Amino acid sequence: MLALSIATLLFAGMTGSIRVPLHEIPDALRQLASGEPDSLSASLLELRASRALVAFATGGALALAGLMMQALLRNPLADPYVLGVSSGASVGALLALLLSASVLMVDAAALAGAIGVAMLLYLLARRDLRSGQAAEGGASMLLLTGVIVSAMCGSIVTLMLAIAPEGRLRSMIFWLIGDLAGAPLRLVPWLILAGCLLFAMRNARNMNMVALHAENAVTLGVRVGALRKGLFFVSALLTASAVTSAGSIGFVGLIVPHACRFAFGPDHRVLIPAVALAGGAFLVLCDTLARTIVAPQQLPVGAITAMIGAPVFLYQLHRLRK
Amino acid sequence: MKMIATQHLDLSIGQRILVQNLDWSAQAGQCWSIIGRNGAGKSTLLRTLAGLQQPSAGSVHVNNRPLADWPLTELARERAFLAQSRHDAFAYTALESVLSARHPYHANRYWEGSDDHQAAMQALASMEVDDLAARDVRTLSGGERQRVAIAALLAQQTPLLLLDEPANALDLAHQVSVMGLLARLCREQGRTVVMIGHDLNLASRISTHVLLLMGDGRWQAGTNHDIMRPALLGDYLGHPIDMIEHEGRRIFIPKESSA
Repeated sequence: MLALSIATLLFAGMTGSIRVPLHEIPDALRQLASGEPDSLSASLLELRASRALVAFATGGALALAGLMMQALLRNPLADPYVLGVSSGASVGALLALLLSASVLMVDAAALAGAIGVAMLLYLLARRDLRSGQAAEGGASMLLLTGVIVSAMCGSIVTLMLAIAPEGRLRSMIFWLIGDLAGAPLRLVPWLILAGCLLFAMRNARNMNMVALHAENAVTLGVRVGALRKGLFFVSALLTASAVTSAGSIGFVGLIVPHACRFAFGPDHRVLIPAVALAGGAFLVLCDTLARTIVAPQQLPVGAITAMIGAPVFLYQLHRLRK
Repeated sequence: MKMIATQHLDLSIGQRILVQNLDWSAQAGQCWSIIGRNGAGKSTLLRTLAGLQQPSAGSVHVNNRPLADWPLTELARERAFLAQSRHDAFAYTALESVLSARHPYHANRYWEGSDDHQAAMQALASMEVDDLAARDVRTLSGGERQRVAIAALLAQQTPLLLLDEPANALDLAHQVSVMGLLARLCREQGRTVVMIGHDLNLASRISTHVLLLMGDGRWQAGTNHDIMRPALLGDYLGHPIDMIEHEGRRIFIPKESSA
């Protein structure tokens, strides 16, 4: 009976997590529509819907990447940016912006930067990812390498901002904060999100094992080395995809996995779908606010995520403590 | 039947040779204690036996099959491993951590079945931590966490158990009861236990066999009776040891240093 009740609880937790965000999305979309005059033309609605879809894919990808990164590094403070994949994208994108390249070129440069850094990291930390040798050392080596690479990219970004001409500075900063304005709706981020979600769901149990037992998960039949490599590449891919379409939006990848963990527990089988949906919903909501708070002026969504996310998160954290 | 065996096994760390040419085997129903000084290679040996580490030379066989030839999941149904220490990063409950040991039995199922819950609760009860099932593992005391970890090991239901200092952090009563349980598993169910321990009296009471490691390549293996001698133990542990007989049991105590 106990077993059954626990199983149903878990099941209820999962269906609930899917339904809640599903219920939020039309809500967010309705807000999108109702925030404007009634005489909405179909094309306007389409524009907003497409923007919301971009936001959803981006938010879902970032949150999922954050969750995977936390499982990979066994560190609940990790986020998709901690390993510097997004910093690499920033360097690429800002360089393109500095040279006033086309939008397409900026995206391509961001993608190239992200992939470049991911490759560099992989080469540097390949041994630690593969082997179960260094007991706790493996993951922390990767983390340290990532933080250093990230710091290096950060200084290059600062350097470029310093030498950038006045006129381009604004677009560069908007890119850095993360902005969904003018982000075109593409199929690719959705395909990437769907593919990565599939990978994550298939490996949800193994992620639990690694989160619990680290290297020793090998003795329970988990191919830890292969899983780590998979998590690394998939989360890097998700981050690159998100950053390429919307700039480096902070906070989603850290806060959404945490909030979901508070709500649904640490089981990745529940968390993975929950996080992807909650991340998407959260970013759609933030983007909606970014567009409407001081309308007609538009704020970069990256500025809103932390502003809303941090208080909600802190409230939740301290309420749970009691 | 040879449950686990090593052939010409060499272990080393950096330039230092820990174990040389180890030809050793444990049969079903035997309970082995590995004894040696700090850094003598006990954990390295156990991790190598568990397949977590590669030996410098030689091979490990489980059920007469080299470790490398075992599919990981199948091997996980054959042997369980208790690590010396663990670091809990996430707020899993004690029950979830024990359920994770059922992983090798799941094949492609997404959720655990009720049989897994039964096995997990049984294991928790046998370690007297069933009342902690819903607790966050990060809030448990050291001894409670250790008992939950041992419960996970039991829930894996393997014929071969490898334990790195199972008595770690346990209070006296639980040291005795855990050791008693392990001895029973060997005696009554024919399972094989290989464990590391520092308490000579616990080891001498429950193990049928002992493997001594010197840390410079030398080793000595044999039955409890042959190996648990004060002179030999003193030699391997680097401190003179006295033995007294008490109610038919052999008690080992370190000699007072004459300095």
